[in-house]
Amino acid sequence: MSKKELRFPKRPFRTSGGAKVPHRKNTSDKQSVIMPSPEEVIIPMSQHIGAPCKVQVSVGEQVYVGTVVGDSDAFVCAPIHSSVSGVVKSITKITMPSGAQVDAVVIESDGKDTTDPAIKPPVVENLQDFLKAVRASGLVGLGGAGFPAHVKLNVPADKEIDTLIINCAECEPYITADNREVIENSWAVISGVYTVSELLGIERVIIGIENNKPEAIKILTEIADNPKYDPEDKVRVLPLKASYPQGAEKVLIKACTGREVPTGKLPADAGCIVMNVTSVAFLSDYLKTGMPLTKKRLTVDGSAIKEPQNVIVPIGTPISKVMEFCGGYKEEVKKLLMGGPMMGISLSDDSLPVLKQNNAILAFSEKEARLYEPTDCIRCGRCVSACPMRLMPTRLCSDVKLLDFDAMQKHQIMTCMECGSCAFSCPAHRHIVQTIRLGKSKLKAELMKQKGDK
Amino acid sequence: MSKLFVSSSPHLRSNCSTRKIMLDVIIALLPSCAAAVVFFGWRALMLLGVCVLTCVFSEYICRIVMKREQTIGDLSAVVTGVLLALNLPANLNPLMAVFGSVAAIVVVKQMFGGIGMNFVNPALAARIILTVSFPTAMTNWIPTAYQSVDAVSSATPLASESGAYSYLQLFLGNHGGSMGETCALAILLGGIYLVLRKVIVPTIPVVYIGTAALMALILGLDPLEQILSGGIMLGAVFMATDYTTSPVTKWGKVVYALGCGVLTMLIRTFANLPEGVSFSILIMNILTPLIESATAPSAFGEKKGRRAK
Repeated sequence: MSKKELRFPKRPFRTSGGAKVPHRKNTSDKQSVIMPSPEEVIIPMSQHIGAPCKVQVSVGEQVYVGTVVGDSDAFVCAPIHSSVSGVVKSITKITMPSGAQVDAVVIESDGKDTTDPAIKPPVVENLQDFLKAVRASGLVGLGGAGFPAHVKLNVPADKEIDTLIINCAECEPYITADNREVIENSWAVISGVYTVSELLGIERVIIGIENNKPEAIKILTEIADNPKYDPEDKVRVLPLKASYPQGAEKVLIKACTGREVPTGKLPADAGCIVMNVTSVAFLSDYLKTGMPLTKKRLTVDGSAIKEPQNVIVPIGTPISKVMEFCGGYKEEVKKLLMGGPMMGISLSDDSLPVLKQNNAILAFSEKEARLYEPTDCIRCGRCVSACPMRLMPTRLCSDVKLLDFDAMQKHQIMTCMECGSCAFSCPAHRHIVQTIRLGKSKLKAELMKQKGDK
Repeated sequence: MSKLFVSSSPHLRSNCSTRKIMLDVIIALLPSCAAAVVFFGWRALMLLGVCVLTCVFSEYICRIVMKREQTIGDLSAVVTGVLLALNLPANLNPLMAVFGSVAAIVVVKQMFGGIGMNFVNPALAARIILTVSFPTAMTNWIPTAYQSVDAVSSATPLASESGAYSYLQLFLGNHGGSMGETCALAILLGGIYLVLRKVIVPTIPVVYIGTAALMALILGLDPLEQILSGGIMLGAVFMATDYTTSPVTKWGKVVYALGCGVLTMLIRTFANLPEGVSFSILIMNILTPLIESATAPSAFGEKKGRRAK
């Protein structure tokens, strides 16, 4: 392949659509607080996309911080570790926010937080060692999707990756966890960036960050632009326009490189790997200490929260305990979200535990919890101009209403990533995303059925 | 813990609503209404009142008869009423205005399913129905309060000799014509307000007026006189930009406005009608679904992704 020199873009490439969502980053200047271990943690066996883990411990067994409690032979799967030291109290089933029933290990903490004696820094000499270490660390995409990191980093041999994009856009309102990670742990971010890019042989790293985080941009630029730390000038920070959904993988790739991931393909097909900034920082820490993913920084905010802040909590802590630690509720909670207000999942109660890929818990009072009643579509076209995937939500909604599977496919319903820009902008408050989501699952079922018939 | 609301994302909505958009359109129409009252006096005010009240009342009755949710609160019927009134000559018999309003709301809008479902602009269709039903009354233009009756005939600039009116006179609206069409200044103010409030994008008005001017040039007419007379300004800013009957796609809007401009000038020049705005917009309204599907954008990643190699 004739190699053209890769250049860094001076300004982001143009992306289409987007919505002007409010920022409400109330916690961006507040130092994160470390929450002590709760008396009990609940660790579900499915905290990633892929096969759920099998329980590896039995009731009554002594576990430590970092002990493997769940694992599986499946490739698309990441092991799950205990976040406290103590005794396995029970193994039960819990209902996840998605509605699925999964096994969960309940561990009673002894309050000592003893580290598992078996934990030691992994020896990494080549890419294979590295991928094994990434799997053992239990890392999943911390931006919210929860895709096992070792699967993403294991690039097929026929794909050429020339750019590593670090996702620090954090475009959802309220959430500031990645921002705080950069500010409080900036050296880990940069050393993680180097480790990953060197092991994968990537010569260009772009840190994409929305321009509403001036402090984080300043810190990262100072390190990345200093020839002492970045002698080959392979890492650069690219401030992006603060516009939702700048942090969506495909949109971010477009903004940073001008490339479009082809329909139904992966970022690797556009020569890119995208990693969340907290994931990279965690990897760097893991390679130093060998401590797997057992803690997570969460933004706790929303109109019903007394003291909005970022807290670092052991994974598996029940949400109610996190809320107690944050001073409890200010008003009666009417809506509880896991994740941001645009793409987060609304929970039915606060007994669920914190998962690996959580980055925010938001609690809202009645005023924000109630959604408007939908009225008739006036065909204003705001959804069409808001769609970052250049879809026509108006047309997709009528396809779904008619259950016209051919039209749904023709109009690329599967390209929809459910970012919510359309529904946010809709003056008739129509349930656009909900309708498209329904259409997507009906289409999937229909395609499965057709496959089965043949 | 009390019961929680569980809903599908997004959990955040913009504070935009149909009613707010319609309210903005009404505000944008106020300068034109004021100009109509200034030039044509109390009759203009009365016609505005008659049209708005009839439109709202017919929508109210329609929704009850059809056993549908009441929608007069979204103010779209008010917009239709104001627009229809602005399209009428000031001395029209109010009963004819009532007939037009009922036709607009009942036949054109509600019978097709109400807001967002009508395939042509209700006010525009009503104007055409009235023109066809009462051709004399609908073209009986009275002079404005500031025209000396003996000097200038009350004919509209389009029906008079070219050059009968100065550009300033045309721009300010001191000439005969439909109540809201004469004052270009007032329409322009309303249009700027709509663009600033992001209710409309300027594509349709700009392309429409631009095409009409270009066509006038090609046909050997005075472009400025052509766009300042007749209903082009009102049509381009308020009628052609109607959400329901114009394409939602970016390029669709361009094609649509281009068609409006070309048709308007062709009708003005070659057809046996002095004015072509209503018919040209109506024709393009009907073509909207076609234009929309022809100009649908390709989805993200559908074309071969560019790779820097």
